[in-house]
Amino acid sequence: MSKLMKNREFWLALALAVLIWGVTLRAPGFGASSNLLDIFNNTSILVILALGQMVVILTRSIDLSMAATLALSGMIVALLNAAYPGIPVPILLAIAAISGAILGAVNGLLVWKLNIPSIVVTLGTLTIYRGTIFLIAGGQWVNADQLSPAFIAGTRLPILGIPLLSWFAVLIVVVFFIMLTRTTIGRALYAIGVNPTASVYAGINVGKTKFIAFTIAGTVSGLCGYLWVSRYVIGSVEVAKGYELSIIAACVIGGVSIAGGIGTVGSALLGALFLGVINSALPVINISPFWQMAISGAAIILAVIFNSRTSRQKGRIILKSARVGE
Amino acid sequence: MSDTQIRRIPDRLDNPLRSAIFSWQSLLLLVATAIFVANSLATPYFLNPWSISDATFNFTEKALIALAMALVIISGEIDLSVAAIIAFCSTMMGFALQFGVGTFGLVVIGITTGLLCGAFNGALVSGLRLPSIVVTIGTMSFFRGLSFIVLGDQAFKGYPSSFAYFGQGYVWWVVSFEVVLFLIMAVIFYFVLHRTSFGRQIFVIGNNPVTAEFSGVRVRRIKFLLFCLTGVMSGLAAVLLTSRLGSTRPSIATGWELEVITMVVLGGVSILGGAGSIIGVVLAALIMGLVTFGLGLLNVPGIVMSIVIGTLLIAVIALPILAGRLRARMER
Repeated sequence: MSKLMKNREFWLALALAVLIWGVTLRAPGFGASSNLLDIFNNTSILVILALGQMVVILTRSIDLSMAATLALSGMIVALLNAAYPGIPVPILLAIAAISGAILGAVNGLLVWKLNIPSIVVTLGTLTIYRGTIFLIAGGQWVNADQLSPAFIAGTRLPILGIPLLSWFAVLIVVVFFIMLTRTTIGRALYAIGVNPTASVYAGINVGKTKFIAFTIAGTVSGLCGYLWVSRYVIGSVEVAKGYELSIIAACVIGGVSIAGGIGTVGSALLGALFLGVINSALPVINISPFWQMAISGAAIILAVIFNSRTSRQKGRIILKSARVGE
Repeated sequence: MSDTQIRRIPDRLDNPLRSAIFSWQSLLLLVATAIFVANSLATPYFLNPWSISDATFNFTEKALIALAMALVIISGEIDLSVAAIIAFCSTMMGFALQFGVGTFGLVVIGITTGLLCGAFNGALVSGLRLPSIVVTIGTMSFFRGLSFIVLGDQAFKGYPSSFAYFGQGYVWWVVSFEVVLFLIMAVIFYFVLHRTSFGRQIFVIGNNPVTAEFSGVRVRRIKFLLFCLTGVMSGLAAVLLTSRLGSTRPSIATGWELEVITMVVLGGVSILGGAGSIIGVVLAALIMGLVTFGLGLLNVPGIVMSIVIGTLLIAVIALPILAGRLRARMER
């Protein structure tokens, strides 16, 4: 029981349940399963992105370029679909994921091989990737009438009454859960976040692990590029602009520590859902949507204060610093 | 986020002339000169006092914040909320305008709001010892969110004509008020950072906060002051920007935080803290202003310029590292 009381995910899940219950008191029907599934579907992309970002944050890095990677990959497949409607959707999906992986790998290489701090690297690539969208699209938008019906159906097709988009999120959650808890790369991600020096002594290549983390984040961003364009039926330079900070916000609210090493699939999932529930609750209880931004800002600040109270742990340094990253 | 680093302390000083020639500032000066010459050759409209004066408006407001941001980053923290503070300050000024507050009152309100926002950040970071990157991501949505609550999809307009001087006025001939203010501030910041014990303490904190604490440096108080300072400079930038645009919308100055940080990092300030100079930041601001304006004269869209800025940011950091490795390989 005391273990449960200390469990961050437990408290967050409880807060989420109370929130849903409170809104349902004001607006009956909000807690109905069909509405909750709707909210999950609307939050699916954020859930996937938050998982990718968490993997990077675990390694004491940050990826500010995820939204730009998403937009660029989305534009690539949107343009391909507009020009060659015959290309099957699964292949487009693979192209989106691969282009995202390449963009993520560029970030990872700069962090790994040149040892440039990730915040600087991704700040730079964020603007480069966004600018590239403008270049490849010639400043044009890809509109709904240029996209093929199969492309648009890719996120909408219901399976067991639930849209494919939600199934994507479920699949990614499962994949990430297995990767983080059952594989050596998962262990390595946590290890270099908790203690990079000890990881070097344990034979983990810190730089390479970071490279892998950035490539993973890029891959899911690319995947979400297709999902976003298919869901909102638009490809433009402005797609997901400023979304990089929402992704980080979801992680922080979920209790992922920016100092690295702390965070689970549950944290990213619940953090993203928390933002999703707030966003859909506001209009229901007649609060102007203009309040949304201030409320999510306040939620982030409160989450950081709360997390710092629960996660302060003492440790002893028993080995001197080793050279990290070589 | 920072990696464990090993800093080598040299046993003797470098040749001062040699280190001056190969310094970051000289590299930036070279880049700035190259861009200036390239601009003059590329378009006949560039070499004209009025054009160059116009070019300064591209960066003075951001550069004012960059001066304070440099100090924050040198101390090992970061402030992502500066653009949101501009939006909130501008909103408060517009709000006060509705009650007939005059020009002087508007300026006071703008700067005071900035100070309060900065103090809020500072209290969370140094009072509660929270990581500044997350705190300011939170306050970034919070401050801009407050502006959206006040304004919605509306805008405040009708600022008094005397208020327009700050963002549109000229002190003498082509020399704008903004440029003069920026130059004065740059000199003040130079002296504070490089010529006072307060500035020295900022470097000490950035290099090693624990040592600083044990050496009697009031780490938390200084960090608090630095966040307040960034708030004030953002408030000042809000006055200039609002005056220049003549209206307030909640989306004002969107994305500026990343441009300001790019300026600071391009200026040679280490994102890990502990190193940097004001001269570098001023030169970086100049470079970004010249690139943006020059490409603008050539009808290059703003979004493409951002590719250049982004590449510049990574290249100026990567090239010295690559050059160092190459030299090490040759010596072997």
